Amino acid sequence: MRTLYQFHGGIHPPGNKAQSTQCGITRVPLPSRLVIPFRQHAGEAAKPAVQAGEHVLKGQLIGMPCGFVSSAVHASTSGTIAAIDAQPIAHPSGMPDLCATLIPDGKEEWFPHEAVDYRNSDPADLRQRLRMAGVVGLGGAGFPSDLKLRFLRLHPSQKIDTLILNGAECEPYITCDDMLMRERAAEIVQGAEMLRFILDAGEVLVAIEDNKPQAITAMRQAVTESKLPFEVVVVPTIYPGGSAKQLIRVLTGLEVPSGKLPTDIGVQCFNVATVYSAYRALAQGELLLSRIVTITGNVRHAQNFEVLLGTPVQELVALGEALPDTDRYIMGGPMMGVELASLAVPLVKAGNCIIAASGKLFPPAPPTLPCIRCTRCAQVCPADLQPMDLYWFAQSREFGKAQAFSLFDCIECGACSYVCPSHIPLVQYFQFAKSEIRARAQEKQAADHARERHEFREYRIEREKQEKAEKLAAKEQAIRQSRAAATPANPVPGPAIQPEIQAAIERAKAQAATVEPKNTDNPTPQQLAEIAGIEAQRERVRDLAKSAVEHTNGHDKN
Amino acid sequence: MGAFFSPFISQPDTVSRIMFKVLLALVPGIALYVWYFGPAILVSLTLASLTALGTEALMLKLRNRPIAPFLKDNSALVTGWLLALSIPPLAPWWLIVVGTAFGIAIAKHLYGGLGNNPFSPAMVGFAVLIISFPVQMTQWLSPHGLGAVELGFLEQLKYIFLGVLPPNMSLDAITMATPLDTLKTHLHLDEPIKQIFAMPIYGRLAGQGSEMVSLGFLLGGLYLLATRIISWHVPVAYLATLFVTAGIFHLADPSHYAVPLFHWFSGAALLGAFFIFTDPVTSPTTYKGKLIYAAGAGLITYLIRVFGSFPDGVAFATLLMNICVPLIVLYTQPRVFGKKGKRS
Repeated sequence: MRTLYQFHGGIHPPGNKAQSTQCGITRVPLPSRLVIPFRQHAGEAAKPAVQAGEHVLKGQLIGMPCGFVSSAVHASTSGTIAAIDAQPIAHPSGMPDLCATLIPDGKEEWFPHEAVDYRNSDPADLRQRLRMAGVVGLGGAGFPSDLKLRFLRLHPSQKIDTLILNGAECEPYITCDDMLMRERAAEIVQGAEMLRFILDAGEVLVAIEDNKPQAITAMRQAVTESKLPFEVVVVPTIYPGGSAKQLIRVLTGLEVPSGKLPTDIGVQCFNVATVYSAYRALAQGELLLSRIVTITGNVRHAQNFEVLLGTPVQELVALGEALPDTDRYIMGGPMMGVELASLAVPLVKAGNCIIAASGKLFPPAPPTLPCIRCTRCAQVCPADLQPMDLYWFAQSREFGKAQAFSLFDCIECGACSYVCPSHIPLVQYFQFAKSEIRARAQEKQAADHARERHEFREYRIEREKQEKAEKLAAKEQAIRQSRAAATPANPVPGPAIQPEIQAAIERAKAQAATVEPKNTDNPTPQQLAEIAGIEAQRERVRDLAKSAVEHTNGHDKN
Repeated sequence: MGAFFSPFISQPDTVSRIMFKVLLALVPGIALYVWYFGPAILVSLTLASLTALGTEALMLKLRNRPIAPFLKDNSALVTGWLLALSIPPLAPWWLIVVGTAFGIAIAKHLYGGLGNNPFSPAMVGFAVLIISFPVQMTQWLSPHGLGAVELGFLEQLKYIFLGVLPPNMSLDAITMATPLDTLKTHLHLDEPIKQIFAMPIYGRLAGQGSEMVSLGFLLGGLYLLATRIISWHVPVAYLATLFVTAGIFHLADPSHYAVPLFHWFSGAALLGAFFIFTDPVTSPTTYKGKLIYAAGAGLITYLIRVFGSFPDGVAFATLLMNICVPLIVLYTQPRVFGKKGKRS
């Protein structure tokens, strides 16, 4: 038996997972229209690679990864691109985003694709393949998987000791990973071996919460059949036990240091659905075109569906047959999900669950009361924070203090809000404080930049002024000296150099007459050359005049 | 349809329910109080409840706050009950009214109401009363069968509200000093402790009757622990410190210092350990902080009881430790996940 560790806090909300696990995963019929956003992942949106009116094949690249943190986007089926424009998407801000609207032709005609023999491939090449296959984290964050497979060794001894397959699925209601593990365990195990190969990782652990006995059995069987030395680890059901940092602690006893990545402690963690899509991308050359989605809540048929990316949520909800008293829909789980402002949004890579909600299922919270510092929030916080203090700082806008009390270590799991007897929306306060701090940091950066530019401009103007003044002074000096030389205080200069002096004086005079002060701002290269020439001449004259004066003085003394 | 944020589900517990459970946990102690000292305590509890709710409503109105949700949170009742259980039941009616009103209006609402008061309102009320009305605060009832005369309930009511005693009866005949007070007075007279404890006022552990009331509070406290309304830190640290301090003095000089258990079951020690020092609003939020806070309170309780001029030290221990809470909390912050330092 493996020794398991605990993380602080956690809660045990009712699972409500049985409803949607009664029947297997069903494919959703081809919708009449697909809306495929170019940003379905963390990072930069993909760059459109097709134009409106173009005919595309299933799996054809329509969005090119753009930037380091980015991923590809593909046509989920064959058909015609009707438009490339901003469409409403499921984002809490309600802002529309650039999407490709695809009208399917019903032929499901595949773009040529090929499997790869990963064992004889370069890991860098495999990562590039995953990037071009649009494989991103399907657990919710949507972080491009190829980046999580990039492991920069600072020391040759550094290694990924543990690769974790996250099948914890700790959020209530969501069962898409559970069903995927039950039905496609072998593929997940093969995918894990591929990721292990790319990372050159040591042990591979498959973590599944103990409320999913069928998934555990299926995965164990698949591991045994594959003869791979993987271990299926049953972890206790606790929310948020599926959060990567918490799961790593449970399995290894290690804590990912604040602000660091799991790879810094030799661990990497992938959601099982992500591993499955990596398998499809490498072993079958099939790109990430669909995912498993749980439709549950206030519906007649709660079930998991395999859905093409870009399918309107409306059509998915119709499959579940929402009950008449349904008044809103949640994308994601009840702990961390967001309310959908509209059903006319597409399903994206990160969309794991859609819950029909009613007042009966999710009664509105009673009115908020002041915090009584009962510390229940601190007792359940998986990041060992003191939410009641952070709340106090956030509401009094003491953002500096909130930061000092580790606000940014909050994973926004919502456990604190769940237990708060005063029904304070703590997570919203923390999100607000975080966004304010980020906005301020950005503002400060912009202000710093502007200030630097301003200061440099001031400096430049001052420098130019000074240079001008110096030049002027030098010029005046030259004139004065040449005059002094021209009127040699009447003593009789030595006859030998007399003509030479005279000539120099003539030259200087001539120059003084011709050289007028000019606008020295923005001189052309030609002018600059001229100035340089004049300066050189002036220098010569000055020297000559000086020597002449010395001579005459010498004569006087004699 | 208002704002709809995640999490969309929540535990059914509310402030109102938590406070109700605290009131419920006081019931065994109150029942034993009635059993051993008669129903006069119910009169003070009623007076305290009415005053608490009335003052709360008035202050909410003056502060332009919604009245109904706050009246329903039961926190004012907890304040009223804790104060009523800390002062003599036979005191004139206005004593509990003044104490409760002061606690709720000044100590609670002038500091911002529920959740914002740095000092325990009940204990502020108690401090005001014992400083302003020391005589009335000594009118403790004697347990059944101990007093020279016993008043009927109607006669008690008459005294509480009108200050009238039955003819030929003096106040001294129906009231008596508390076991803690008696001990202190007689120790001052240089009587040996064994002889003092042989007095009829003392029972098995501490005062007759009052030790049973304390036992009732202990029972209620265990209920609060079992329902996780309070954590073990405060009662354990408080009672342990009180026990150890009393034990050291007792071992050093058994003829002058009572046994530790006497201190547990005397005065408001058990009421304090489970109901007063555990007040979430005025006690530290960190586990380590709770331990320090309660240990400090235990030490101060003992010092005031034995060396101070007040009969019991729970109220002043509360207020003195309340002052230290922000500092204690600041220096006992737990280690954050993934950060350096020791896990606490």
